[in-house]
Amino acid sequence: MKALSDLNAGEKGKVKTIDAEGELKQRLFSLGLRKGSLLEVKAMSMAKSTMEIEVGTTLLALRFEEAKRIGIETL
Amino acid sequence: MSELIIALVGQPNVGKSMLINSIADARLKVGNFSGVTVEKAEVSFTAQGHAIKIVDLPGTYSLNDYTQDERVTKEFLQHEHYDLIINVVDATNLERNLYLTTQLLELGKKMIVALNMMDEAHKEGQCIDHEQLSSILGVPCVKVSAATKKGIGKLLNRAIDVSLFPLEKSKLIYSDVVEEEIGNLASFLDRKHYPSPLSSREIALRLLQEDPSTYRKMHEEPIWVELSSYLKEALEHLYVHYETKDVAEIFAEERAAFAKGAVVETLSCKKCTSQTVTQKIDTVLIHPVYGIPIFFFLMWGLFQVTFTLGSIPMDWIDAFFVALGNYAKTIFGEGELGSIIADGAISGVGAVVMFLPNIVILFLGIALLETTGYMARVAFLLDGFFHRFGLHGKSFIPLVTGFGCSVPAYMSARTLKNDKDRLITLFIIGFMSCGAKLPVYVLFAGAFFGQEHAGNALFVIYLAGAFIGLLAAKFLKLFVFKGADEPFVMEMPKYRLPSLKLIWHTVVSKAIMYLQKAGTFILAASLLIWFASNYPKYPDVAASFDQKIEQASDEALKVEYENEKSKVLLEKSFLGKIGKSTDWLFAPLGFDWKMTVALESGLAAKEVVVSTLGVLYALGSDVDEGNESLIAELQKQIPLASAVSFMIFVMFYLPCLAASIVFTKESGGYKYLAYLFVFTTIIAWILAFIGYRITLALS
Repeated sequence: MKALSDLNAGEKGKVKTIDAEGELKQRLFSLGLRKGSLLEVKAMSMAKSTMEIEVGTTLLALRFEEAKRIGIETL
Repeated sequence: MSELIIALVGQPNVGKSMLINSIADARLKVGNFSGVTVEKAEVSFTAQGHAIKIVDLPGTYSLNDYTQDERVTKEFLQHEHYDLIINVVDATNLERNLYLTTQLLELGKKMIVALNMMDEAHKEGQCIDHEQLSSILGVPCVKVSAATKKGIGKLLNRAIDVSLFPLEKSKLIYSDVVEEEIGNLASFLDRKHYPSPLSSREIALRLLQEDPSTYRKMHEEPIWVELSSYLKEALEHLYVHYETKDVAEIFAEERAAFAKGAVVETLSCKKCTSQTVTQKIDTVLIHPVYGIPIFFFLMWGLFQVTFTLGSIPMDWIDAFFVALGNYAKTIFGEGELGSIIADGAISGVGAVVMFLPNIVILFLGIALLETTGYMARVAFLLDGFFHRFGLHGKSFIPLVTGFGCSVPAYMSARTLKNDKDRLITLFIIGFMSCGAKLPVYVLFAGAFFGQEHAGNALFVIYLAGAFIGLLAAKFLKLFVFKGADEPFVMEMPKYRLPSLKLIWHTVVSKAIMYLQKAGTFILAASLLIWFASNYPKYPDVAASFDQKIEQASDEALKVEYENEKSKVLLEKSFLGKIGKSTDWLFAPLGFDWKMTVALESGLAAKEVVVSTLGVLYALGSDVDEGNESLIAELQKQIPLASAVSFMIFVMFYLPCLAASIVFTKESGGYKYLAYLFVFTTIIAWILAFIGYRITLALS
């Protein structure tokens, strides 16, 4: 299984695991990022520090450290 | 009939502020508005004979108090009195918005869902069956568009209707697994005839959600002995089914599933072209290579426009106040009364009002950044860079707001979750020069760098301030506020054309606030400065000079004596004494006592720096050239190196009184204000000293 941070711009995936604690997990949930949600990587910032992903109808910005905690099944 | 209190709740970027603006504008009675809603704002008006108060709460993705401003919303909803919730929902992003709606339904209050941005949803080809959605949620859903003002009247009518009828319990239904456990617990409570104002279902639900207060209450009841074993069993079932022992996660999944189900049943997409425009713009604006240069170019443009465009009406205003001062002297004479009006009130207030055009342009630029959705992109672009300095990408928003005014900036730092990140951000917000410091820079840049370079000088000043701020943040992160980093997870809202009305509103209210401050606080401060610089009187000294002037043989000598007289008298005044007793602190920076006093009075408000200079240099100016502008006066009396070090000191020292109070409140104690004072003063002094020495060496 890959981590979200391994994906490149334009790649799609399905969330398998989220390794996060209480509040962060809740925040990811409320933004629509949870087990089973489909996502697409849209853009990376310079030096690969942050990435933009699309989940459902929402665009999210994530830091790579957070993206590493999200397990993905590539589609 | 008592007032109907409506709480306006919704996720961020769903147009709550715009909606409240549309509602209130129609009634022409508006409360306080701030750029970003971080405090609750209130609007009162009457409709159909009902007194109505709408409370606009900060946007929140869920009721989990992740950040401080979300806590404000949660606290209000749980503990304050209100009659009705209007849940504002972005119709173009229904599923995620309904997640919050499900949490609101659990509060068991009267509620209406306002499906906002329907016009946009239509354009994107989305059809929402709002009647179907009403029956699924068990609360009325009204289609509105704050932008085109459609459905606003209907929304108010429904709100009044709902408030008049008794509460109907919502129909939030969970999955079969959860419902079964709720049913088991509820039927046990029913069998025991457990008396409670809450229904058995509600108690059961709260127990399953591990609500602490419900637990505390039930724990004291005799029924607890039996109940606890039922509860344990119910939770075990859920744990097994959901493969997790985190109840919060189980219910989050439940809510998400409910929201998804509701969307599937109510939303039909005709062409679904959503996001394409936003994504096209994003390919340019957050481009890995061009993104950051584009951002710097936009900021540079903003400061250029602030200076060049702003300087045109500035000259008119300046000329107007000079003429007004001279006119006042012809009416009230050259005596005390004429002096207090012309040299005190008019030159002090005029020096501040002069900068209104610059302030308006700067706030307009910041309002545009905020409302278009570009701010979030910049946070995305800069997070990697900021992170290296111990800051968070989201710190960018309070920092940019700080270019306008530190007060809302301190408040908007609440969107940062981690306390240490928040404190670091709070400490360096003052380094982002606020709008009130702008007059000082415009004045000095105009006087010492000439009109053609002043815009660039401004840009460099702001950039340098920001850069030193970053270094200071790194220092704080390394040595003071050590700790784990806050995760960076944020929504990138859709690009939207800003509502002209909302921007107009923001800018006008900022301009009015600025003028009010000039007319009250600055006026009082100017009069105080005038008094302190004119008293005590020294008739003997004045008389001896008058004698010398009378005996002087030629005109040049007369003028010289005249100048010396005002200089000596000024130095002997209260203000002169204050300045002289403290100017040893600033002598290494090349300040004279007038600059020292201006800086000290600037602790009250940064505009006072300019108004104090206005009063002091108007008094000290030559009689022949009394109508010369402040800029020319400064050029004559202040050396370049002192001017540079003065500007640097102003860039970094303690923010104004109002901001300091807000800082104390947001940081959590006077202790931090004391730290801030020491921290900023040391940095300001050292950098001003370096700037002074370098300029001296170069010139």
